[in-house]
Amino acid sequence: MPVWLDDFLWTYQNLVHALGINGLLALSMYVVLAVGQLSLGQAAFMGLGAYSSALMTLQLKLPFVVVLPASVLVPVLFALAIGVPTLRLAGVYLAISTIGLGEVLRAVYLNVDYFGGALGLSGIPERGQTWMIYGLLFVAVLGLWLVGRSRIGRAMEAMREDETAAAVMGVPVRRYRMGALLASAALAGVAGCLSAHVSSFIGPNEYGFEPAVTILSYALLGGIGTPVAPVLGAWVLTLLPELLRGISDVRLVVNGVIIVLAVLFLPNGLLAVRMRRRAA
Amino acid sequence: MLAQQLVNGVLLGATYALFALGFTLMFGVLRVINLTYGFYFSAGALLALWLTRSFGLSIWAALPLASVGAGAIAVVLDAVLLTRLRRLQAPELSFLMVTLGGVLALYAALAAWLGPDIRRLPPGVINADAWTFGFGGWDVRITAAQLLILGATAVLIAALVALMQGTRLGLAIRAMAEKPDAAELMGIDTGRVAALVSFLSGCLAGAGGVLIGLNFNAIHPYMGETMMLRGFVVIIVGGMGDLRGAVIAGFALGIIEVMTAGYVSSGLKEAVAFLILVLVLWTRPAGLFGRAVVRRA
Repeated sequence: MPVWLDDFLWTYQNLVHALGINGLLALSMYVVLAVGQLSLGQAAFMGLGAYSSALMTLQLKLPFVVVLPASVLVPVLFALAIGVPTLRLAGVYLAISTIGLGEVLRAVYLNVDYFGGALGLSGIPERGQTWMIYGLLFVAVLGLWLVGRSRIGRAMEAMREDETAAAVMGVPVRRYRMGALLASAALAGVAGCLSAHVSSFIGPNEYGFEPAVTILSYALLGGIGTPVAPVLGAWVLTLLPELLRGISDVRLVVNGVIIVLAVLFLPNGLLAVRMRRRAA
Repeated sequence: MLAQQLVNGVLLGATYALFALGFTLMFGVLRVINLTYGFYFSAGALLALWLTRSFGLSIWAALPLASVGAGAIAVVLDAVLLTRLRRLQAPELSFLMVTLGGVLALYAALAAWLGPDIRRLPPGVINADAWTFGFGGWDVRITAAQLLILGATAVLIAALVALMQGTRLGLAIRAMAEKPDAAELMGIDTGRVAALVSFLSGCLAGAGGVLIGLNFNAIHPYMGETMMLRGFVVIIVGGMGDLRGAVIAGFALGIIEVMTAGYVSSGLKEAVAFLILVLVLWTRPAGLFGRAVVRRA
């Protein structure tokens, strides 16, 4: 590796990690939005992945090759518990319960000593590597791209446009909705595990309401035409406060306003690219 | 001890009921989940703080003024955020997302402006009298602030019922909740009724904010956001759009939370509310009283 690149990575290590992890989170949002649902539990799922994996490393002393894949378990279980009752109802129920999940988990982390209370968990060994984050991000984008171009991708798009029509055409709507929610929880869980194992500290306030809405703003800024777009949205919104120091105080205001403007005026996102497919 | 806990639970439940009443009214008539609703709660409390601090108003004047102020904010936000989506007949998730973005921007702006500190109402805002009642060996202590909370909740609920059941305006609101198109054809100005409903629910949320601020004496920009969890639980348990259900479920949740904090663990208070939400969604998604229509996908 050339020296300048090494220096660069060292100086901006945190930013480089944040870009990759936020990219994964944007993808976890994309998966759900792509089937026409809205889950606001991305931050909560990330927190579950972070806390469960940190405890596996600290308490059970498991090696990282086990911890990383195992970090999807707890978020996926929670997604099942919330998804089974809500996904048979109208979309608002999933959105409402997932916002609630984030609030509750924050209270639990804060009040239960096992989770370190307000101090969070610290001294997590820094076992996550930059290449792991970007490797996973690449694999996730590639995987979602391939899914998007396949029969399943067409079904997902049909569900997003008109769910009743899709169901009539034989798309197993409920199964795809559940699949999307579980995939999204798994992606967020892995992102949480990696972020815990590169920053060595996690706290209860990192996974509440504000991060949940911020993750939504990544996906809406990019748009959900392709899996690349939400990742770029995440990168823009992660870099912006670094480049314009003045706006870091009002970063959340900017994120909120971006959501409002994107929904009102740019329903396809800034990067309104549609996936091209060969004629079927 | 038990009697005192029960009283505390009823008091907490009263504010939950008030808060959820406006939320469920807004949903029942306007058919959108408006996530800026929690902001009206914060706005009401902060307005009352400003009025009592800067103008030395008593709580008797500050409560109605702050409540009306929150109602006005609700009308403006509804017009700014939702008019365009209504015209486009956008899917309901667009309404959710736009109000979510809006409320994050509002909270963050408020926190950047005022700072995240917890503020308190001035001590002289209500007299500090407290009365002790005895019921066969069980003593219950009630402060003037708590009596105000109970009284204000009762008055507001009664006023809302009178408006909905006893006036032509209430009839128009109910007609619009039933079928907006038909209401429009019957000569009801649905735009004005919608604005009025926003105003009424903003007032209820604002009043709830002042009363919670009074009860716990802690006011901060994000207080409405923590309250929203209770709002969600109460309107789903009570049945979405069901006013009577919201009142019953609000009081029940307040009592359950206080009992959990008192006899199990105070850390589990939030978790209990959420557990109830998930259980009700599993078993009775139409709400416990089963009057609201379930909206299946």
